[in-house]
Amino acid sequence: MTADIVLWLAQDGVTNGAIYALLALALLLVFSVTRVIFVPQGEFISYAALSLSLLQAGQVPGVVYVLIGGGFLAALFEAGVALRDKALGRLPLVFLGYIVVPCAMAALAWWAAPRKLDLGWQVLIVLGLIVPLGPIVYRVAYQPLAKASILVLFIASMAVHYVLQGLGLVFFGGEGLRSTAFSDASFRLGVLQMSAQSLLVVLASVVVMAALWLFFGRSIYGKALRATAINRVGARLVGIRTGLAGGLSLLLAAFIGALSGILISPITTIYYDTGFLIGLKGFVGAILGGMASYPLAVVGALVLGLLEAYASFWSSAFKETIVFAIIIPPLVWLSLRSRPLEEDEEEAE
Amino acid sequence: MKFRIIAAALAAGLAAATAHAEIVVGVSLGITGPGASLGVHYRNAFQLMGKTLGGEPVRFVILDDASDPTNAAKNARKLVSEEKADVLMGSNGVPSAVQMAQAAAEAKIPMLVMTPAVLSGNVLHWSFVVPQPTELMMSAVAEQLKAHGVKRVGYIGYSDTWGDLVYKAMQSLAKPYGLELVTDERYARSDTSVTGQVLRLMSTNPDAIVVGGSGTGAALPQVALVERGYKKAIYHNHGTVNAEFIKVGGKAVEGAIAPTGPLVVPEELPDSFPTKKVSLDFTKRYEATFGAGTRNAFAGYAYDGYLLLDAAVPAALKKGKPGTPQFHEALRTALENVKNVVGTHGVYNMDPKNHNGLDERARVLVQVRNGAWHLVKGNGQ
Repeated sequence: MTADIVLWLAQDGVTNGAIYALLALALLLVFSVTRVIFVPQGEFISYAALSLSLLQAGQVPGVVYVLIGGGFLAALFEAGVALRDKALGRLPLVFLGYIVVPCAMAALAWWAAPRKLDLGWQVLIVLGLIVPLGPIVYRVAYQPLAKASILVLFIASMAVHYVLQGLGLVFFGGEGLRSTAFSDASFRLGVLQMSAQSLLVVLASVVVMAALWLFFGRSIYGKALRATAINRVGARLVGIRTGLAGGLSLLLAAFIGALSGILISPITTIYYDTGFLIGLKGFVGAILGGMASYPLAVVGALVLGLLEAYASFWSSAFKETIVFAIIIPPLVWLSLRSRPLEEDEEEAE
Repeated sequence: MKFRIIAAALAAGLAAATAHAEIVVGVSLGITGPGASLGVHYRNAFQLMGKTLGGEPVRFVILDDASDPTNAAKNARKLVSEEKADVLMGSNGVPSAVQMAQAAAEAKIPMLVMTPAVLSGNVLHWSFVVPQPTELMMSAVAEQLKAHGVKRVGYIGYSDTWGDLVYKAMQSLAKPYGLELVTDERYARSDTSVTGQVLRLMSTNPDAIVVGGSGTGAALPQVALVERGYKKAIYHNHGTVNAEFIKVGGKAVEGAIAPTGPLVVPEELPDSFPTKKVSLDFTKRYEATFGAGTRNAFAGYAYDGYLLLDAAVPAALKKGKPGTPQFHEALRTALENVKNVVGTHGVYNMDPKNHNGLDERARVLVQVRNGAWHLVKGNGQ
């Protein structure tokens, strides 16, 4: 193994690690606010990457049906609650949020697809199609169970994952797609040939992390999310709507998932089920960071990316085994450290 | 005593009920799930088949196993017990097909395996493998490598059964063709990067590289190799030959060479090629029904299964009626002895030791030129 191979692998590891880090942050965010282990995170990656490829080919991505259908379902749930509470004044807002917005985004995609707009617009349209899915998924699948135990929420997550993956196969088909690169440029950096695309991945990840840091540190919504994460009951007592916090956290998760998908779609071939594995690695990164600290999760994800790169050089047949096996020591450590009564306390809450 | 009489009467009644006039072909395919992109092609082929087998009316019962071996096993048992299938066909995944073949052997009915599964013993006794064995396909690559004076071959393939199958085929061909496999790198279809494997491959400096992937998944290593400046030949296997591979790989896969059945490029075959007429006819009918450019090797496997049955059924009908064990055994024997059945993929000559029956007439080499698969010149004679 020569020095330039070490550098090449490091570059590759950091590029992948940056994506895993973003996903680890999203998973951690959703977990701390809603106690949901957000397995379907990966579906947003696949949906976004495949939608972008289809838009570039001038086709309407099938995800518009998922968006409209999900929006109607969520509106139905919300209308049911409004009728029960005799609060019909909420209905216009529900109608706007869950029906008008998804339909408008779908219509935009229909209009834009045959026109093959600039890449920037296509990226915005994809974000517009995928990001609203976050709150919709929360409203339909998780909000009715918000008080359930972590295990029940996890089972619901698995169900959502299977539903979304199945829909992905129906609407995108079994074959993989790859979108055209944002830029073909590449820079020489010593022995390294750095592509603009992988530089963009790292840069975008850093920007998003900085934005998240500002959002949580400065904005009222970010603080509300943090408060909910630290103490749900307390947050409710001071007037934070935990349902809203849940929807907001999934909105962010969907945004991060969609962005990751858009960033990697020119680097690799994406299938309808690729996102799950990428999301799972983000999850491993979050666990390496103890599933509690954001900076540690980022470090964990970067370590994972590097480990994966070197493992694929040294022993590619065992790459996946190595990557997923390193989850075991932190898990053992976490379970030894935690108090056995934790789950009961949650249920009593 | 009484019980025995009732049981005997019941058994007689059942036997009478199962001896039906039509032949039932039980099919299980992965029409949904991860294998769906192939399964759909297999299913389409059934629309182009005739209404009879050897002159006897036939009923195809097609079930979806969602590309899951457990479901394939369930479907096979259901087809045997509820539909009284006389013969099974399936599935588009090797693990699923193996499960079905086991069920067929238990029920003592013949089975046409539509993936290149490796079977043995009693299971193989009842099973006939329609597609070309991986080794037969890869021998076309090995021949070409030898002809070009290649000695050191780098290998990168899926970290699953398919990657293993292609690697083992290359391994067994290495000696007779004077090749040396210098790497056994593995990757997964869902990997976001193969940089590590590609660096490893290139550091061993091979004369040519063989990729053990399939479809769009096989584009990933080739694109990475080309990006890293690899200039020598890259060979694939028959699982890669489809239009999506070129769509995903773009310019980077220009020049990629792979073996395939003659069905993929029938127009370019010389007129003397034994399967030209059957292959061309099927391709035309398929594209007329499902649209231009939809041709693929997979539909041909299902169709060849039908042609094999059509050839074997007349001999079996002389021994028993459909639905009886005599017919099943006779059909098995007849399939085992088919001679010169010209299919879309090749000419089938089976015998008790060879339940595939294809020879080198069943493969040609194709190459990506100008964004489409074309016959490699001088090949297919």
